[in-house]
Amino acid sequence: MRLAVASGKGGTGKTTVAVSMALSLEAAEPLYIDCDVEEPNAALFLRPTLAERREVGQYIPEVNADLCVHCGRCAEVCRFHAIAVIGQDVLVFPELCHGCGSCTRNCPTGAISEILHVMGALERGPAGPITFAQGILNVGEAMAVPVIRQLKRWAGTDDEGTAPTGLSEGGSRDGSDGGGDVRGSSVGPGRPGSRPGRAGGRPGRAGGRPVILDAPPGTSCPVVETLRGADAVLLVTEPTPFGLHDLRIAVQVARDELELPVAVIINRDGVGDAEVEAFCAAEDIPILLRIPLRRDIAEGIAAGQALVEIDPAYRSRFVEVYHAMEALAQHPVSRAALLTTEPGAPKGGLL
Amino acid sequence: MKQLVVLSGKGGTGKTTVAAALAHLAAATQRLVIADADVDAANLGLVLAPTLQAVHAFDSGEVAVVDPAACTGCGECAAVCRFEAFTSTGGIYTVDPLACEGCAACFYACPAGAIRMVLQRAGEWYEAQTRFGPLYHAHLFAGQENSGKLVTLVKQQARLRGFDDEADLLLVDGPPGIGCPAIAALAGADAALIVTEPTVAGAHDMARVVGLAEHFRVPTAVLINKADLNPAQTEALTAFCIERDIPLAGRIPFDPTVTEAMVRGQPITESGGPVTEALHTAWADLQAILSAGL
Repeated sequence: MRLAVASGKGGTGKTTVAVSMALSLEAAEPLYIDCDVEEPNAALFLRPTLAERREVGQYIPEVNADLCVHCGRCAEVCRFHAIAVIGQDVLVFPELCHGCGSCTRNCPTGAISEILHVMGALERGPAGPITFAQGILNVGEAMAVPVIRQLKRWAGTDDEGTAPTGLSEGGSRDGSDGGGDVRGSSVGPGRPGSRPGRAGGRPGRAGGRPVILDAPPGTSCPVVETLRGADAVLLVTEPTPFGLHDLRIAVQVARDELELPVAVIINRDGVGDAEVEAFCAAEDIPILLRIPLRRDIAEGIAAGQALVEIDPAYRSRFVEVYHAMEALAQHPVSRAALLTTEPGAPKGGLL
Repeated sequence: MKQLVVLSGKGGTGKTTVAAALAHLAAATQRLVIADADVDAANLGLVLAPTLQAVHAFDSGEVAVVDPAACTGCGECAAVCRFEAFTSTGGIYTVDPLACEGCAACFYACPAGAIRMVLQRAGEWYEAQTRFGPLYHAHLFAGQENSGKLVTLVKQQARLRGFDDEADLLLVDGPPGIGCPAIAALAGADAALIVTEPTVAGAHDMARVVGLAEHFRVPTAVLINKADLNPAQTEALTAFCIERDIPLAGRIPFDPTVTEAMVRGQPITESGGPVTEALHTAWADLQAILSAGL
């Protein structure tokens, strides 16, 4: 199962949960993908040996001045104002370019070719039995999505089959590679017509090697790119007005827009108020785990320890949360059945 | 009018709590305009009790729409699309609007002219009044793109209001991260206040956002929140700031009254205590930094 760990609000404990989930599932040799490429933090806790590193980016236009007739067609077709023709000059603005290739295809004289604009790096390697991969957006680069898209493909999850199925290496840039590429041996080309997202109600994959997707905060395009192709989403929140406000919009993205099964983990339980619980009850969203606000946990995480290292009793709880998410992914329509116990009461050993 | 933006890199370090406190403290002596530049998850309104005055649509970005009657199923659209937005069902292509980036490559490639580009209602932006000054904020609809553009729009509207009101300060509560919305929040700022926490993740992310502010040549100060949580990390953060010649605007202790104030919907500085004292000191330091221009 591909399990995404997300939240609207930052700092609620996404990485805390995702890291401890991966450590608790060590026996199944999980794949961990840190998709928060703006601020990747999971490596601080999992301490992987990052044996492989590749620069990653997207293709931007390069104009051959000998062939250019300054007709302005490239600027006309570019929806992002990333290329401009001023007199006898053509200006390219890499930070605005989405790498769609429209200018290249529509240039009547074939004056445009595409060169790689490096935006960040992909890294991977083992952390014990866990296979770890992360993307790192270069400071000053604006667009996280191309890095996330290529990270997921490189790490081997962007498949319709049970992930991971080995790495799709050696593909060539053929214009259908998702608007980007990595330097060195390139990532596999995208398959036109395939759709990583899936409609709600259709059973997701429950079995297979666990894949943990650690999402960035927020609700816009980087989060959607992370969640596409996931089988279920764990939303981590805190029981405060900020936590609730941002949980609501995270539910809108994951459950309502992407039609993925969702469940909630409440972190720092005991602070704030009871409004998150009321929201989850009203929306039929199961609360699978509560992590109390405890000074020893906060201090341990501050020092770079994982929750299951601070308190090993959480290992079995995370395994149970994973199984509960598998059940949700397989039977999304019956999620209300998980709520037959009193909200907050122990169910199958869960908190 | 000076512009101060509050950033953090890592989420949840206390940006909005600090921004709300600064709004409260600044309003005592200055004419203020406030902008919430976290358009994914805008929270400043939850503690500033705004009265909504106007709602405006944010139309941005297009998506491709296929006319099924005109589609011949040739697949040219899917062949040129680099975002895997097309699916073929029964010989007719359809677009996944969440995958579509609106580049219009398919629009130009379709030999049957079956594709049109449709402008999206991507979000809303709001003008509101708080007891500390006007608040501009926004909501990007779930899963939409162009959050940087919406941040720029919110800041631009707040700036225009600031000119009208002859405001002294534009206070911007920024988004987490270092990508397009953070860059948009940082653009044009006179100073950035980076709120961090003494954790391995807080330190890692602060270094990246400090790099971002340096990249765009915005003077920066650092405020360490929950400073007593891990004294060793706090010392490491302090050493980092000294080494990089970044002024420290103060240290705030970990205190449950911060959450209690949030639940009440009030800036923390409206009640007393050690956090409030630390924020008073921080604000005094920040005023010196802003007036000196760093």
